[in-house]
Amino acid sequence: MTHTYKAIFVVAALGLGACTNPGNLAGNGSGAGAGTGTGTVTPVDPASNPNSPAYFSQTIGDRVLFAVDTHTLTDAGRATLTAQAGWLQANPEYAAIIEGHADEQGTREHNLALGARRSNAVSEFLISQGIAASRLRTLTYGKERPLEICSAESCYAKNRRAVTVISAGAGV
Amino acid sequence: MILSRITAFLLAAAVVLMSLPMAALAELNLELDDPNIEPMPFAVPTFVAENAEASAFANQIARVVAEDLTGTGLFREISKDAYISTVTNFNSPVQYADWKAINAQALIVGAVNMNGNNVTVKFRLFDVFSGAALGDGLQFGGTTTSWRRMAHKVADAAYSRITGEGAYFDSRVVFVSETGPKNERKKRLAIMDYDGANVQFLTDSRSLVLAPRFSPTGDRVLYTSYESGFPKIYVLDVASVGRRALADQPGTMSFAPRFSPNGQTVVYSLSSGGNTDIYRMDIGSGAPVRLTSEPSIETAPSFSPDGKQIVFESDRSGNQQLYIMSANGGEARRISFGTGRYGTPVWSPRGDLVAFTKQSGGRFHIGVMRVDGSDEQLLTSSFLDEGPSWSPNGRVIMFMRESAGAGGEVGLYSIDISGRNLRRVTTDGGASDPAWSPLLK
Repeated sequence: MTHTYKAIFVVAALGLGACTNPGNLAGNGSGAGAGTGTGTVTPVDPASNPNSPAYFSQTIGDRVLFAVDTHTLTDAGRATLTAQAGWLQANPEYAAIIEGHADEQGTREHNLALGARRSNAVSEFLISQGIAASRLRTLTYGKERPLEICSAESCYAKNRRAVTVISAGAGV
Repeated sequence: MILSRITAFLLAAAVVLMSLPMAALAELNLELDDPNIEPMPFAVPTFVAENAEASAFANQIARVVAEDLTGTGLFREISKDAYISTVTNFNSPVQYADWKAINAQALIVGAVNMNGNNVTVKFRLFDVFSGAALGDGLQFGGTTTSWRRMAHKVADAAYSRITGEGAYFDSRVVFVSETGPKNERKKRLAIMDYDGANVQFLTDSRSLVLAPRFSPTGDRVLYTSYESGFPKIYVLDVASVGRRALADQPGTMSFAPRFSPNGQTVVYSLSSGGNTDIYRMDIGSGAPVRLTSEPSIETAPSFSPDGKQIVFESDRSGNQQLYIMSANGGEARRISFGTGRYGTPVWSPRGDLVAFTKQSGGRFHIGVMRVDGSDEQLLTSSFLDEGPSWSPNGRVIMFMRESAGAGGEVGLYSIDISGRNLRRVTTDGGASDPAWSPLLK
């Protein structure tokens, strides 16, 4: 995941035309990637700009979670996705790749298919909220990219996720 | 490749030896389905070096032969310290009494000759208690770089003659080499001999790669890569390491490929709009044919050896179970009915069994069942056992095992379909997704 977040924050830096070097931003990005949502306060904290992808991932929330072997959106998930849709509508210059993930309790192929179901559930919800399908692309990682690596439900719950990864460009 | 010249030759001595009186009632034979099987004691003296250059190989080849046989769990090597005679000439009469005295039921005698880069290996197998050769002598020719293959050929011949089973030591395994923690895992395709020797990497670690599968002749490998950013199927030529993406449909993801027995068709999974179904594609034309059209997950397809049927997994019943359908699609019949989830089915090369991964009671198992779903046997149990692959003779299954937690290790194991002889396959670092090649030619 870390490299994905680095990519986002590099994009953020370019979008803001910030003079801070991307290395520092990437450092903040790693923190955000761990889900803390409290980036170090710096004069150019990208998360303070509500139109930034950093704001999207940290303040709005870039992910929704799922129960074991399901792709049904929870009420909390729907609330997050409604807010995601609002941000995407306000920022039409961005597109998104929705990554579907599974925990390690499952075979590789099944989990790839499960991740595809989860990313599609998010995509369909965003489309139902008025986001153009052409701005969204679904991607499954199955169990290949866990966020947390303990073998307990506390970690598994965070790994069963779909993450909306913002990228520059109006369509993917 | 190198060992195209395999010459069987009759030895003059064999005639003389065959005429000796039978000293024992028991024939040299191992019945692998016997639940009370005892490892057969054997001796493999250092092969005779027929010239000075051959001496280095003479010992190494004999060692690999011994390791192949003992590695099956079906044979037990008798220590050299116990030997009464030595073998200094390939054609000398066998001193049966000396080998009988140390209870060597089987005796493997070999000789190595070197001529420049060319290595010739001869071998004979003797049934000590019957006082006779078992089968003709064999000769294998190769080069200095292929000496391990010649050793595997010798062991294969001995194994097949004694067990009546097909050979499997002269084979390779393609797998995923893994490094780094679980949340930053780097994966590369690699290939090695079945016993872990001669590892060679086929891809770098820039792109996530999954589940390689050999072609029926072992010359190509299908696998899934995220090279494009999305899971997509590639075919790689083992000799040149050149690769190309299979034709795909924009906006879809494809994975879980396997070759048909004739090597011309690929069966795989394609995800579109969140739904995963099974497709087949002629590898030449790239034209896809959809085989399943269900709202459930259909994945992990594997052909029967005759190419007429496909076993796959589906959660159409509510959880993962195994099904068989025609290779042209159509109605499928469910074959797994036990409690738990069944996935990753693989049809055995002999056609009689399906190996699978089963999840039940919070554990993972590798198991086998008959193709009609009867006689389910779970062979292993651990935190995570997954992805069985058959040895070329259908007697042994290799699979991946990963342990729990942040420091969990992932490696390859093999087990006999009798449930005996669980063994770790030596790899340098983590390894997953093994796929066993056919027997090399």
